[in-house]
This record gives sequence, C-alpha cells and structure tokens, in this order.
Amino acid sequence: MSTRTALTVPRLRRLDPLGALLAAAGAVAAVFLPFVVLKSNRIVPGDPRALLEVLPAWGALGCQVILICAALAALRVSNPRVRLGAALLGVVAVALAVAAAGDALTPAGNKVVRVSPGAGFWVLLVCLGLMATDATTRMRPGPGLRVLLLAVSIAVAGLALAHGTFDHLSVMREYAVNADRFAREARQHVWLALGSLAAAVLVALPTGILCHRVPRLRSGVLGTLNVIQTIPAIALFGILMAPLGALAAAVPLAAALGIRGIGAAPAAVALFLYSLLPIAANTVAGLKRVPRAAVEAARGMGMTSWQILTGIELILALPVILTGIRIVLVQNIGMVTVAALIGGGGLGTFVFQGIGQTAIDLVLLGAIPIVTLAFSAAVVLDALAEVLDRARQ
Amino acid sequence: MISVENLSKQYGATTVVDGVSMVIERNSITVIVGTSGSGKSTLLRMINRLIEPTRGRVLIDGNDTTGEPAHLLRRRIGYVIQGHGLFPHRTVAENIATVPRLLGWDEARIRARVEELLAVFQLDQGAYAGAFPHQLSGGQQQRVGVARALAAEPAVLLMDEPFGALDPIIRAKAQDDLLDIQRRFGTTIVLVTHDMDEAFRLGDHVAVMSHGRLLQYDRPAVLLTHPADPFVSRMTGVSDRAMRLLSLTTAGEAALPGVSDGPAVAASASLREVLSELLWRGAESAAVMDADGTRRGYLTIAAILERGRPG
Amino acid sequence: MPGVAAILRFAALALLLAFLLMPQSFAPLFAPLTQYGAPPIYDQGNLLTLALAHLGLVCCAAAASTIVAVGLGIVVTRPSGAQFLPLSRTLVNIGQTFPPVAVLAVTVPLVGFGEKPTLIALFAYGLLPIFENTIVALQTCPPQVLEAASGMGMSARQRLLSVELPLALPLILEGIRLSLVINIGTATIGSTVAAKGLGEVIIAGLLSNNNAFILQGGLVTGLMAILLYDALAGLERRICRTAHLE
Repeated sequence: MSTRTALTVPRLRRLDPLGALLAAAGAVAAVFLPFVVLKSNRIVPGDPRALLEVLPAWGALGCQVILICAALAALRVSNPRVRLGAALLGVVAVALAVAAAGDALTPAGNKVVRVSPGAGFWVLLVCLGLMATDATTRMRPGPGLRVLLLAVSIAVAGLALAHGTFDHLSVMREYAVNADRFAREARQHVWLALGSLAAAVLVALPTGILCHRVPRLRSGVLGTLNVIQTIPAIALFGILMAPLGALAAAVPLAAALGIRGIGAAPAAVALFLYSLLPIAANTVAGLKRVPRAAVEAARGMGMTSWQILTGIELILALPVILTGIRIVLVQNIGMVTVAALIGGGGLGTFVFQGIGQTAIDLVLLGAIPIVTLAFSAAVVLDALAEVLDRARQ
Repeated sequence: MISVENLSKQYGATTVVDGVSMVIERNSITVIVGTSGSGKSTLLRMINRLIEPTRGRVLIDGNDTTGEPAHLLRRRIGYVIQGHGLFPHRTVAENIATVPRLLGWDEARIRARVEELLAVFQLDQGAYAGAFPHQLSGGQQQRVGVARALAAEPAVLLMDEPFGALDPIIRAKAQDDLLDIQRRFGTTIVLVTHDMDEAFRLGDHVAVMSHGRLLQYDRPAVLLTHPADPFVSRMTGVSDRAMRLLSLTTAGEAALPGVSDGPAVAASASLREVLSELLWRGAESAAVMDADGTRRGYLTIAAILERGRPG
Repeated sequence: MPGVAAILRFAALALLLAFLLMPQSFAPLFAPLTQYGAPPIYDQGNLLTLALAHLGLVCCAAAASTIVAVGLGIVVTRPSGAQFLPLSRTLVNIGQTFPPVAVLAVTVPLVGFGEKPTLIALFAYGLLPIFENTIVALQTCPPQVLEAASGMGMSARQRLLSVELPLALPLILEGIRLSLVINIGTATIGSTVAAKGLGEVIIAGLLSNNNAFILQGGLVTGLMAILLYDALAGLERRICRTAHLE
C-alpha cells in the first residue's frame, strides 16, 4: 500500500511544464477571450463572441471535448506522436469551429457583415501550434518526413479553402473581392523573389569561387557586399529609383524593356544586390570546408583545376551553398513585401493597402500567404540541404 | 586524510563506480589508474562533489564532505583538469587569483600569493602576470592551471589527467615539477591517469580501477610483485615488470657502503637508470654520489639485479 | 587597407552630419531630380529631429529586446530550463521566416497607429538574432573552462556572471548589432503606420512623386545603418581584443 502511494505521488507531480503553460493559456483564451468578432461592416469596431455562444450545441460539445483531450495530452502524455496528433486534432477543431461560427453568424445572402477570428482563436491556435512544434521537435523527423508533413498540411488547408469552408470569414471575404488581383500579385511576388535569386546565383557563385581562389579579393568583395546588406530595403529601393529613372529617360530601349524608376525594376535590382552576400559568403565557406586532402588527392591523380572544382569542390560545398540560397530565398520573400511601396507589386500591396485602410483582414490576406511561402521555402530547402549533407557523409 | 567509504555512482541502470573504499594518506601522492570508462574520473569528481554519489560518503579529516554547500567545499580543494581550463578572458594573474578572490582575501595577500606562485612555477612575473592564456605555450598553460589550483593553499589537490595534453618531454618536466611542489607545500594529491608509467613515477600509492571497481590499492612495488588480479598485472605490464620494479628504487636507497672506481651516478637516479648506465659503459660497479658531491656508497650489477626480483 | 576604411568611415560620418545640420546647402545637388519646381530638400519637418527620433525608436526597441532575449537565453541554457531549449531553437528558426514588415502589419490592428506598433514590431523582430546568438554563445562555452570554474568552487551564479557571460559577450553583441541594423530598416517602414522617423521623407517622396525626397531619405537611412553597423563592429572587436577572445 505504502509503495503504491510512493509510486503514484511523484507521477502526479510530473506534469509537463511546457504543457501546463500551454494548457493554462489555452484555457484562459477559450473561456475569457472573444473567439470571433462580429462586425456589421468592414471598418466599424466589432462585437466579441465567445467560443460557446457561436457554435451549435453538438459542435460546441465536440470542440470542447477535443480541446480538453489536447490539454490532457499536453499535460500528461510524453509520447511525442500522441502529442502531435492531439495538437493537430485541436488545430482542426478550432479551425472548423471558427468556420462554423462564420456560417452561423452570417445572415443568408448578407455580404456586408464581417466575422473575423478573435483573440481567443489566435491564442488557441498559437498554443496548439507551439504544442505541435514542440512535439515535432522532440520526434526529430528526417528531411523527408518534414516535407511530407508540410505538404499534407498545405494540401488539407488548400482543400478546405477550395471547398469554401472558410468563405464566411472576413479574410476570405477580402479574397472574394480581390480574387483576380490576388493571383496576379502572388505570381508577381514569387516571380520577383525567384528571379532575383536566380540572377544572384549566376553572379554570386562565380564571385564566391573567385574569392576562394584569390584570398586577397576576399575581404574587399565580401565587405562591400556586407555594406549593401546593411542598407535598409526601403532606402535601397529609394536610392535605386533615381538612376533607373534616369536610365529609362536616357535609353528608350531600357524603357521599352520595362525599366522605370518606379515599379518592379528597382525592387528586382535591390533584391538581387541583397542576395549576393549570403550566396557568395556561403560559397566561400563551403569551399573552405572541403578537406584539403581530397583536393590534394585529386590533384595527385592528375585532375585538372576545372575537374577538381566541378567534380569535387563544388559537390562537397553544395550543402553550405544551399544554406546560403535558403537564407536568400526566405529573405527575398519577406523583402518583396516592401516592394509594394514603390509600385513593385507583390502580396505586400494588400499589406500596405490594409494598413492604409485600417483593414486588418486585407493585411492578413497579404501577410498569411507571405509567411506560408517563406516558411515552406525554408522547410523544403533545409530538407534538401540536409539530404545532400547526409549523402556526403 | 581522505576516507572514501563504499562510494558508488549509478546513472540509471549503469553503475559507473561500484562500492569503492580507500584511505588516502595525508601529504602523499595517490594515483588512480585505469582504462577509459573505468570510473576513475567519476571517483575523483565525487571527492569534490562535482558529481554527487549515489551511495557512500567521503570524509576529509574526519568531516563528511556533504556537511557544507558543494561550492564552498570546492574552494578548499584544488582541482586541475586536462587541457587546463584557464579562463581565456582573464590574465594569468587573474586566473591564479580566482579562488582567493572567491574566498575574499584582501588584495595585498592575493598579490603576494600570485607573485609567490609565479616564482615557484618559473614564470617570470613581468612577462607573464599580465599575459592572457592564449599567449602561453602548452607547458606554461598547464603550469598556470596547477598554480591556479594551489592559489588558496588547499590541503588537497585533485588532478584529472593533468598532463594528458602535453608532449612527452614537457610532460616529464611537469611531472618532476609536481613532485617538487608536493614536497614543498606538503599537499595531499590525488591524480587520475591512464598512463601506468606516470602512475609509477608519481604515486606513493597507486589504485587500479576497472569497470567501476577498485581492484588493488597499494604501494607501486606491491602492485608489481603481488598483483591482486590478472587485470592488474596486465596493466602494470608483464614483460618489463622487473625493470619497472628497479625504477621504483633510487640509487641512494640501494647503495652499499664502500667505494668503487666505476662511473659516478646520482643518488636520485633510479636503479633502472644506473643499470642502463653500467651496461652502456661496460662497467661492473658504480659510485653513488649525493647532489653535493659526497660519496654515498656503491652499487654493483649483481646487487641491482638482486633488487629486480620479487620478494 | 585599414587607412582606406578609416577615411571612408570619416567621410560617411561627415557627409551625414553635414546633410542633417545644413540640408539646404545640398539643394543644388538634388534640384535636378525634382519636377515642376518641387522643393529639392524635405521641407515638412526637420531632418535632424527625424533622424534622432528614428534612432531613438530603434535603440529603445533594441534595449528592450536585449534584456528579454538575453534573459530568456540564460533561462533555457540552465539545467532547470533545458527542456525548453529545443522548442526555443525551433521557434527562433520559424521566427526568422516572418518578414519584419508582416510583424509590423499585424501589430497595427492590435495597438493602433503611431510609435507603439513600430516599437512592438521592432522589439519582437529584434529578439530573434539576440536570442539565437545568446543561446549559441552560452552553449559553446568551452566545457573545460566551465568544469574548471565549478571545480574551483564558483556557485552557478558566479560562474554565469564572471565566466559564461563574459565569454559569450562578443557573440551576444553581434546579435545586438544584427538586430539594430534590421530594425533601422524596419523602422523606416514604421512611417507607413505614422511612427516618426526617416521613412516619412521617403513616403512623402513616393506620394508626391519627388525623387529628391526618396533619394535623401534613402541616403540618410543607409548611411546611418552603415555607420551604426561599423561602429558596433568596431566596439565588438575592441571588447574582444581587450578580453583576448579570438
């Protein structure tokens, strides 16, 4: 009997501290914070509604049960798979609840009423997201599994969006109004980010190789690129507008090619300049990491300098170079946002329009895809770099 | 005097140190020797409670070491590790002054102690007191590490593979220095090593450990002549144990009364060295001289060989 | 080489100060960029005041992020906070995929327009580099040095204050520098949400199609960012040299 108590008492105390924090925050959010905000039109202040009052009875019960299960898993379960499953189930429940709230609160055919996710929804989502992230971190998933998880999450979210699950929420209302422009700006966004990256790779890779071969150049070239990185994006955009405008005025061909002082051209040039340092610096670092013995052996076997570079050095340096490319891509996706300020287009257009009109829904319509794009790019390129790195060892 | 009583350390199901008991005499050097994973470092680190034992206790001069907070205990015990662990952001003098500062000595006393130690360890004060560790050679860094451990005049000095990172010539010098220091300050030293030669060279007593157990703890000569365990004889080396035994006795200790016209050897030289010298010169006997040049007696090859046999 | 760097540094500083103190004397330089007799030099506010407000905003935010990020970094590297470490690292990695502009944009609806959202966004985004560098620095302290510190009888607190933090300082300073430089740029965008700063000049130029405004706003911000970066890098080198941490 006494041994039994001795065994059970410490067990009860062994609550997961992170889980306790998340469960407490989630519980407070679910009970006290508004789950959705109901506005009679786009701009006016909203009317907060709690989780339980917006859902039909069975829905509220189901959502509550799932959230309590997730909280219990956070507190007491140590198996990360179970924790991840519970957290994801919780995310689905909260997402469906907010969608259902949108449907329930919108009178049929009304296009003016806005139902936005409230602070309670966001806090719950963050808590569940942290729980899922923590579980995933503890599982130490390999690169393949990480990409798979990402793909499945995006596919599920995409299917739900296509199916119209969230159509009554305010962000989707903004989307419905701007659907054509959204597709165009999203394409422009990706195009600007990838185009400047591609151009930067073509220039920075040879620059990096040159800096590796000629150490005297290294500090000067990398130092200059570093100075460019230091200049704030909006300042560089501004600085580039004047010369590009002058170029367009002086050379009709440049103007015909779409080079103007305002618009996408200064943004593309600035992004290109920003991209140079991480790629060049990582190329140098990657080449430096190549074991001397491997290069010596290759030389000893009679390989030419070109063969050594392409067949050995670049292959061995690839994971580090790829890390540089990942940094650049994530950085570019974020920075293209600012391009909207100088008429460069991209998803930042919605962000700045939203700020201008104090319409958070419009801000989110721009910001959520940007963050999703940047996050996906980071996961995929990280996985790729890891696969390549493992293949080397 | 340090008493180790039935000391054990377990990590989960693995036992790293298994019921070790030993008494370490005051003013002596005790060497704990074993292969890697034998638990020797863990045993050492339980003495200053860098690792808390699972069972058993350690008494220093009769007082249980758990009687005070661990960090206060450690300020009274010197500690030297492999690769010295000097603070890279502090000068040599500041490194040496670490524990006296922790103990709240006044500045004048600290300065005097640092100067004394720099002199003892043959580090010129003007050149080295203000230098940073990375400006010193490996041997100098190691000496500063020992000086730092001795700064607060600890009665006990624990050393974990202190010479492991040094090359052979500097290591031999460091070992000689340590013997001098021990004689000078009378510190009780417990030293951990995997090097049997080092154990025989330094240890008044040697403890052999394997798989967490203390196999034998005795004077070096006894380990050679009466190994308690096959592992001990393997560790001490079967093929050259006679020579090892000779290396434990000095010419001064073994000298016979009388004179010899053979070559002169120092009284501090080991019998192994004297034998080697005689073989090289083709002589039968040697005259044993003290450091000040007075005759101590003589040694013959036959007398030396007599000492190379057990019993 | 160091001679050239010193001259460039001095020239940049002199140019910046001259422009901020006597902007009108640069008017002929900017005049060709304007059209229809628009003013060549920003005339809707004092450039020096704006620059100081900009710098003040950035420094306040950086001070707050430093305190929080270093504190958190210390907590998660202690044995008691160790279980939060893997999550912290993942969060830092995820956080870096958030563009600062997005952070700023999402803050506005929460706290309204003005300095507040900008400060919050700068604070939040500035945490990341400092937090990450603090963790890396504290985790990569040489283990022998830490072992020696404990072995000599330093308490956990003494070890942290007199060994770990001094050794981590260069890397922490580097984090602060990165965060300051990112924030100078982000603060520019803060002007779109009505924070006082140099972004005002650029935005005014964009609104009135005045290239002269855009260029001078860009130049002043760029110069400030570069000089700040350079000054902090110099400070780091100096601290490392006096502390002999290579």
